[in-house]
Amino acid sequence: MAIGKNDNKKDKMIKVKNLTKKFNSFTAVNNISFSVNKGQLFAFLGPNGAGKTTTIKMLTTLLNPTKGTITINGSDSSTQKNEVRKSFGIVFQDSSLDDELTAYENMDFHGILYNIPSKLRKERIEELLKFVGLWDRKDDFVKKFSGGMKRRLEIARGLVHHPKILFLDEPTAGLDPQTRNSMWEYLKQLSKKESMTVFFTTHYMEEAEKVAEMVAIIDQGKIIATGNPNVLKTRTGTSSLEEAFLKLTGKSIREEESSGIETMRQHKRMWGR
Amino acid sequence: MILNTIYILWLRQLKRYWRSRARMLGSLGQPILFLVALGFGFGPIYEKAGGGNYINFLAPGVITMSILFTAMFTGIELIWDRQFGFLKETLVAPVSRLSIFVGRTLGGATVACAQGIIVFLITLLIGFRPVSYSMLPIAILFMFLIGLLFTALGTAIATFMQDMQAFPIIINFIIMPLFFLSGALFPIDNVPEGLALTARFNPLSYGVDGLRAALSSSTHFGIPMDILILAGSTALLFGLGAYFFSKIQI
Repeated sequence: MAIGKNDNKKDKMIKVKNLTKKFNSFTAVNNISFSVNKGQLFAFLGPNGAGKTTTIKMLTTLLNPTKGTITINGSDSSTQKNEVRKSFGIVFQDSSLDDELTAYENMDFHGILYNIPSKLRKERIEELLKFVGLWDRKDDFVKKFSGGMKRRLEIARGLVHHPKILFLDEPTAGLDPQTRNSMWEYLKQLSKKESMTVFFTTHYMEEAEKVAEMVAIIDQGKIIATGNPNVLKTRTGTSSLEEAFLKLTGKSIREEESSGIETMRQHKRMWGR
Repeated sequence: MILNTIYILWLRQLKRYWRSRARMLGSLGQPILFLVALGFGFGPIYEKAGGGNYINFLAPGVITMSILFTAMFTGIELIWDRQFGFLKETLVAPVSRLSIFVGRTLGGATVACAQGIIVFLITLLIGFRPVSYSMLPIAILFMFLIGLLFTALGTAIATFMQDMQAFPIIINFIIMPLFFLSGALFPIDNVPEGLALTARFNPLSYGVDGLRAALSSSTHFGIPMDILILAGSTALLFGLGAYFFSKIQI
């Protein structure tokens, strides 16, 4: 009985209960609950400003929730932060590479932070950089890379420590179909081989429909639907996930406040750093 | 594990410094200007007043200045990393915030200390002669302590800031009085009481004084007192900085 219970616990890689995040009077995430199974490809969808990135930040210990609990791989994200951090990898919406370091140095930095022994680290970095097609550019500075190359490098970096869960916040934004396809092929394979859970957000509904085994749709901080893409289509009486999404969230265009990062980007270009 | 984290963050700081040599050279302009304009400008008067060689007095002060500026402005790298995402990469890693802070701060202090040593070499070209080279390790110890103290302060301030425009303004607002009221440019032996008292409560005064004791063997507080106050305020600010850093949310 006890063993069965334990197994059941382990099968849920992400468990979120009554999660709420308030910024002053604004409620970004409003009392959401959901869970993600081990090895599942889970799409977290929603219009701009719905609370996707805020949720990911809380799931990855970058932001403390106002209320509610998060359990990642059996560890509580507010009390066992280090256990939680060991078990996931993440590709952020905005680049989080060090431009002044080379591709290899960025990978190596990550490997050292995650305490991977030197020999294994070298093997994995080579394997991953070869996979994303950046091995021959490994000694180039990241500042010379295009947006797509940076994205590929970030995905490779997120996998160096073989995480049990991979968070991807709009990983394919700005990537060409070739890169997008090969990326998902690889991630699906990896997910199957290593039972890696993949939690991702995207604005490409056909991508979510093709890849995801489970979908949750969030709007104005609340989860308004969860289920397999086919289930959602049947429920809404639509023929594609995009139509189902629009039916559920409405067609009005959402406003999202900018964080001032665009101004910073301009300065960066201006100063040439 | 902890040492690896500290090491890799320290190394990153050094690589970035080494790779932006333009910035390194550019920041030498101000100390050189101070050495030439003040050193040669006030030198004759200082000597006539019976103070001796002004370059010998001024050089430790200008070395301190370059360390102070480099160290405090290290804080901007935190804001930079925060805006461009690299901070997130370190904050989601399974390592303690303390070790990240320690690595960053040691890196910043090392860079500031290196900058101080470069300015020291320039002072030699301009005519500064240390009393004894055997005191050089003590001088470098003081340089490093000054670097550590003000990197911690700059980083602590940066933890509160999101945008880069405000940071230089605030930092200059702090650096200028710290520098001018530290005895870097004039002896604080016979100044009016108010000024002497201010200098006494300024941690930088002890850095300048220690460095001057080691290089020019003239001192106001004495080396033990200098080390005590400097190490004490470094420990205090280091602790504060680490605390604020651990509270960062993105």
